[in-house]
Amino acid sequence: MDIKVNVREAQGDCYVVDLGGEIDVYTSPKVKDAIGELIDRGVYNLVINLEKVRYIDSTGLGVLIGGLKRVREHGGSVNLVCTNPQIKKIFDITGLVKIFGIFESEEAAMKALV
Amino acid sequence: MSQPLPESADVDIVQLRVPCKAEWVALARLSVAAVASRLRFSLDEIEDIKLAVAEACTNAIQHAHGSETIEITCEAGADGLRVSVRDFGRGTRPETIRSRELDEERVGGLGVFLIRSLMDDVTYDVHPEQGTRLVMLKKSFA
Repeated sequence: MDIKVNVREAQGDCYVVDLGGEIDVYTSPKVKDAIGELIDRGVYNLVINLEKVRYIDSTGLGVLIGGLKRVREHGGSVNLVCTNPQIKKIFDITGLVKIFGIFESEEAAMKALV
Repeated sequence: MSQPLPESADVDIVQLRVPCKAEWVALARLSVAAVASRLRFSLDEIEDIKLAVAEACTNAIQHAHGSETIEITCEAGADGLRVSVRDFGRGTRPETIRSRELDEERVGGLGVFLIRSLMDDVTYDVHPEQGTRLVMLKKSFA
């Protein structure tokens, strides 16, 4: 099982977190650490790109919700890029589509942040 | 408690025991997905089953204190796939097993909600000293 996490600076004060692979109870701590480190550094506007994520469970969703709650305390936001229908379905049935901005492209997600 | 399939039914049983540790959840969900793929489930339904099994195992890892093993039993019958996920830890009180509300932004509680959403029938059998058995059915309509 694999998880790939890549953090890169984007325009303005935004950062993009590219995730790939499977996010579950075993791998989600790595994602939590990456997001947490950014927030600790004062980055409060994030795009999390899930295009290469094949699988996510409730622990992965919990990490995203936790990150969103932390950045909102500082007036920031988290937008997601998600094109995988199965992943989208999980956001739909959990109602998280109402909490996160979910976009088909990184460009759109970034544009909605700034 | 969920009723077993009738004895007269043609039921194939596959059992798996994995350590009650996070690194084994992927094996559990992929094994059950392999069983489901032998039945007449669509790819979407197999993904549903995979996620539900993973959530049940995750619950066991996070809440079944003292359990060293998770036992997963798949019963493949004409009506679908019944999967039981059993731990051997100190059981969670049934009244504390609840789904989150959709408008809540809390981090926990999504697992139970997902299991109930993705599967057709879900029951818990909780024994405070013997562990928890979660039984879930995915009906086959094909």
